[in-house]
Amino acid sequence: MKVSITVNGTAYENDVEPRTLLVQYIRETLGLTGTNIGCDTSSCGACSLHVDGESVKSCTMLAAQADGCSVTTIEGLAQGGEMHPMQKAFMENHGLQCGYCTPGMVMASISLLKENPNPTEEEVRIGLEGNLCRCTGYHNIVKSVLAAAKAQ
Amino acid sequence: MIPAPFDYKRATSAAEAISLVGEYGDDAKFLAGGHSLLPLMKLRLAQPAVLVDIARIKDLSYIRDAGDHIAIGALTRHMDVEKSPIVLQHAPLLANAASHVGDPQVRHRGTIGGSIAHSDSASDLPATTLALGATYIAQGPNGTREIAAIDFYKGFLESALEPDEMLTEIRVPKMNGATWGFQKFNRRAQDWAIVGVAAWKRGTESGVALVNMGSVPVLATSVSKAIASGASISEAAELAAAEAEPQSDLNASAEYRVHLSKVLVRRALESVNS
Repeated sequence: MKVSITVNGTAYENDVEPRTLLVQYIRETLGLTGTNIGCDTSSCGACSLHVDGESVKSCTMLAAQADGCSVTTIEGLAQGGEMHPMQKAFMENHGLQCGYCTPGMVMASISLLKENPNPTEEEVRIGLEGNLCRCTGYHNIVKSVLAAAKAQ
Repeated sequence: MIPAPFDYKRATSAAEAISLVGEYGDDAKFLAGGHSLLPLMKLRLAQPAVLVDIARIKDLSYIRDAGDHIAIGALTRHMDVEKSPIVLQHAPLLANAASHVGDPQVRHRGTIGGSIAHSDSASDLPATTLALGATYIAQGPNGTREIAAIDFYKGFLESALEPDEMLTEIRVPKMNGATWGFQKFNRRAQDWAIVGVAAWKRGTESGVALVNMGSVPVLATSVSKAIASGASISEAAELAAAEAEPQSDLNASAEYRVHLSKVLVRRALESVNS
């Protein structure tokens, strides 16, 4: 089937099998491998990206369901060589260890601040409950999100 | 993990969706947010030959004040239920339960109708709408019918919906100032409840339903009867599992679930949220 999906501002039209997952489409059809596959069962959040501005787990969505939508991945955040403020906050606060969960964490965090621009520490922890860090680096991840909220 | 191959059809109205599913019979499944169905398909526990995507039927996503009840379109997402001023005002128990479904990413996609039609006794919204005495509206090739929540859940992942019927609306009676509590006991954030409880109370009237205490969501009528006849909350909570047939699994034994249900019913009924 044909899908038309705008990814990071570029419009794509591709022929895909109906069973193609959005994360597969992003990684394999478009070659955007910044979005990771972790658990592949919608638990870990490594594959989080934005569909029409909201965080979703792209391992649990069909490319067909994103037909006509606008998708943003981690590759689409930096503008003109400048990192997104959330990326900067993760860097400055050492919000990552191995880095595997980071793209998903950053995408989920941006969505979180969009819905709650001034969260408490507890709200950040609850708001990121869908994203797991196997390094258990949550302390600095939460610090990063709070710093990004403050910097807005 | 990738689902087995299937044909994908997109419906733009309930009537079109119902006629498409009618055309393919038992091999077809409705796809709403996909957050129950797609994981099953990826694990190949479900292999429908045809998916009829209903998520874009715009006129089934709404929340309306309908006088003595609120009417929620089946395709309304959890995130929209959780944040709706109408739900927060008139059915705060439901808004709170919706905020405990999965995690934000799941709530951006999953729908109230999908969750109820999937009829998983471990899900939060079937039991919550059961506690609230909700009525579900189903549309089929021959029109619509009302199904009371208490008559809806027939067995494990099995509902009263016919294969060519679609859940279109959930009607939730207004809570009119009742106190309420939602208790979800799990080991990790975002997990299904090992046991959950949705409860409300207004004077001697109450509604209590249990999550994951058997193959269907359970209405704890013995608890409500005890409260109606003057028992204290602690006394009534001891009857929490009277209607339940909990199972043992990797997370908990049946005995532990019975214990949890009593503790959680007491906590839910003692909540002073209103």
